[in-house]
Amino acid sequence: MRLELRIWRQPRRDADGDFATYHVDASPDMSFLEMLDVLNETLTEAGDDPVAFEHDCREGICGSCSLMINGRAHGPEPGTATCQLHMRKFRDGDVIRIEPWRSAAFPVLKDLVVDRSDFDKIIQAGGYISINTGSAPDANLIPVPKRSADLAMDAAECIGCGACVAQCPNGAAQLFTAAKVSHLALLPQGQAERDQRVLRMVAEMERAFGSCTNYGECEVVCPKGISIEFIARMNRDYLKASLRAGSGRPKGSG
Amino acid sequence: MHLDAKIPDGPIQEKWDRHRFEMRLVNPANKRRFEVLVIGSGLAGGAAAASLAELGYHVKCFCYQDSARRAHSIAAQGGINAAKNYQNDGDSVWRLFYDTVKGGDYRSREANVYRLAQVSVNIIDQCVAQGVPFAREYGGLLANRSFGGAQVSRTFYARGQTGQQLLLGTYQALSRQIATGQVEMFPRTEMLDVVVSDGRARGIITRDMVTGEIRPWSADAVVLATGGYSNVFFLSTNAKGCNATAIWRAHRRGALFANPCYTQIHPTCIPQHGDYQSKLTLMSESLRNDGRIWVPKDPSESRAATAIPADERDYYLERRYPAFGNLVPRDIASRAAKAVCDEGLGVGHGGRGVYLDFADAIERLGKPAIASKYGNLFEKYERITGENPYEVPMRIYPAPHYTMGGLWVDYNLMTTVEGLYATGEANFSDHGANRLGASALMQGLADGYFVLPYTIGDFLSRHMGEEPLPTDSEPFRAVTAEVDERLQRLLSINGKRTVDSLHRELGQICWEHCGMSRNAGGLRSAIDSIRELRDEYWTNLKVIGSGDELNQSLEKAGRVADYFELAELMCYDALLREESAGTHFREEHRTGEGEALRNDEEFAYVAAWQSTQPGKEPILHREDLDFPNVPLTQRSYK
Ligand SMILES: Cc1cc2nc3c(=O)[nH]c(=O)nc-3n(C[C@H](O)[C@H](O)[C@H](O)COP(=O)(O)OP(=O)(O)OC[C@H]3O[C@@H](n4cnc5c(N)ncnc54)[C@H](O)[C@@H]3O)c2cc1C
Ligand code: FES
Repeated sequence: MRLELRIWRQPRRDADGDFATYHVDASPDMSFLEMLDVLNETLTEAGDDPVAFEHDCREGICGSCSLMINGRAHGPEPGTATCQLHMRKFRDGDVIRIEPWRSAAFPVLKDLVVDRSDFDKIIQAGGYISINTGSAPDANLIPVPKRSADLAMDAAECIGCGACVAQCPNGAAQLFTAAKVSHLALLPQGQAERDQRVLRMVAEMERAFGSCTNYGECEVVCPKGISIEFIARMNRDYLKASLRAGSGRPKGSG
Repeated sequence: MHLDAKIPDGPIQEKWDRHRFEMRLVNPANKRRFEVLVIGSGLAGGAAAASLAELGYHVKCFCYQDSARRAHSIAAQGGINAAKNYQNDGDSVWRLFYDTVKGGDYRSREANVYRLAQVSVNIIDQCVAQGVPFAREYGGLLANRSFGGAQVSRTFYARGQTGQQLLLGTYQALSRQIATGQVEMFPRTEMLDVVVSDGRARGIITRDMVTGEIRPWSADAVVLATGGYSNVFFLSTNAKGCNATAIWRAHRRGALFANPCYTQIHPTCIPQHGDYQSKLTLMSESLRNDGRIWVPKDPSESRAATAIPADERDYYLERRYPAFGNLVPRDIASRAAKAVCDEGLGVGHGGRGVYLDFADAIERLGKPAIASKYGNLFEKYERITGENPYEVPMRIYPAPHYTMGGLWVDYNLMTTVEGLYATGEANFSDHGANRLGASALMQGLADGYFVLPYTIGDFLSRHMGEEPLPTDSEPFRAVTAEVDERLQRLLSINGKRTVDSLHRELGQICWEHCGMSRNAGGLRSAIDSIRELRDEYWTNLKVIGSGDELNQSLEKAGRVADYFELAELMCYDALLREESAGTHFREEHRTGEGEALRNDEEFAYVAAWQSTQPGKEPILHREDLDFPNVPLTQRSYK
């Protein structure tokens, strides 16, 4: 199959960027990233700068890959990260527009590579349980109802790719933050720091990202199908924590 | 050079406790004076960095991804072993120890393996306390499964994403230390060399992968937790960025490299389907619990799988290994698949595939039961291949997956360079010639949480009051200049071939001659071919762009240059080892029935290689292994 690609090219963080058009012959069995590999081999052989894009595991789990494909984060196939998308989902002659994540919080570093380090800062603000190595009690000491454990796992599956932010018209990071807040709040081990965790993580989130106005597009593009219900759960937690902290009206967290 | 593994005295059950007592401590006020560099943020590196910081050391941690959370450990699927015996099915520290030594085909160090089994129980406690959402039973207690042919259920898991959840636990612990400033994290920073002076590691040289800045870092100790080298084969189940650069550069600066030829080929991966293929995808080993493996009996078979009647199928594992059937260990399952494909019985692209069939299991248990066990995996398979495994059998083929070889370390995880440590997949220590399923995660976390933080203290306590070498000193300037020069060389060749095309060719040589089965003639010819291709690499490579920008081709070029050297050593090691052990199968050394034949008389040792100039033969050092606790037997799965 022959495809026309319109790809965002930008040499550096502070440089201007623009779309460039390329043609590539692909096979339906290729993954999307393999199709880009083929393009890059051709560009290199011709002496042109290959397209920079982020990838590592190519198994849909590390969260590195991050492409806006025809305006949709990770492309047309639901529940699928870019690296797991295959060319059989496209047709011969298709024109494909490929952009980096678009969000004020994710500045472009080069071509399709963006800086997502603000996600790490949200976790650093409190997305953990404070327990030093070696001080844990026996793992079976505290039973965890299977339902809670399963639900915590549903939230914990987030791969931190940033598709939720990229697709959100406001560039909000609620789904990412809520996934971690909920994962830990659903487990007995996460209770001691529950209030302070949600307050700090939400504060950090609001510092760096836009605010949530319930578009719900994050859930649609999430490659792991993280449910938007976790946002409601985080908001409830936040409200309770704010009241308990006596901090007056909770800040608008959506 | 005399290799002293520094194994503590005493009965095996007491060695670690005794050693912990005998090691010197650093008093809390002094800990903050020490700085440790940890390269790698996977299970081994992330756990070490967080734990060292908790103890009060100052830590700098580096990784090449944009976030510590993306280290390749994230991709592990099946689970993590621990001798908890929660199922009361007869497991114990001793049994895990025994299984691991036997599974490694008696080529690992007993004392290390025993310690691994011992601390395995602490790992699970630690992870649960961190909030790792392991699978649970209805009563709320932890669930276990049997994995990789183990006869007890000792594997803990979190759906098919155990590595992800363990790594996020580690990443969270690390994040907490980053927030306090006790760890400084440097993502998108690649270590390109280590600085050794007077036999001691003094620091490292890195490249900022966004700006290209080359920077020296000085410290009291350096920990390499940079993962394995399966990508030497180009196609493997590893992440694309996985590389051997850190350990290889350390090797070139004096650290011995142990058992490079022990590379694990995982039996259940999706076969290659095209020449453009960039990686191979693992399908969890657990599929072998219900799937039946077969090939058509007739090499000229052209019917669809489902149209081939049962008596025209060869269920070759069930036939050859009636006791274990489809659940034989990885090395045996992989070799058997290769053998039937070599006979021309393989299916799919290039005849390199065998069927993994769920039809019988679906008939016996019903589709919903199969879906609840393997639904995610089936979806993944369909996404990649476009075929529905509920209706047609999967096709699978072995793929490079894990490397047991790595930097030689003593019982304290220190390499032969003082102050330079190696942990996780980057070292060689615990898995011998074959790693059992669910044991790599266990080892990475054991090293990182429970071993290194103690042993490094003992080393540092002996160097109290010494100042780290300044980064503008001669040794740092010399290595920085070499790193610069090497990058410039790669950029200025301006030949005709891309990094990937040369890497792919290198991978084919290794796969052909140093993959699932090896022989002396093939290995010798591989060494010649590798040298020739390496010459071409350094004269005909094309890398676009410059060194002072984000340049992914340059990153790859440096890594592949190191793979070219490592590949040669791997072949030397395989050539030397005139026996078949675990994953290392020498065609010249097999039993009458074609099974692997060990030679304990001559080869019960660790082959630790000293680097010489490229193109010259490396120098062998031996660490003899003895097995006072686990009697040597020939593995049999008949
Ligand atoms: C698909 C798959 C499934 C697996 N499933 C299982 C399983 O179910 N159970 C099991 O026990 N094991 C499994 N394994 C094996 C296991 O995942 C790995 O062996 C283990 O996670 C390795 O951990 P590590 O910390 O040693 O290295 P890694 O997790 O690979 O981490 C390496 C770190 O080093 C950094 N790094 C590397 N080079 C450099 C450099 N030059 N400069 C700076 N940083 C660098 C990387 O950025 C990364 O942070 C699986 C492996 C694969 C590939
Ligand atoms: S490359 Fe890892 S999720 Fe896509």
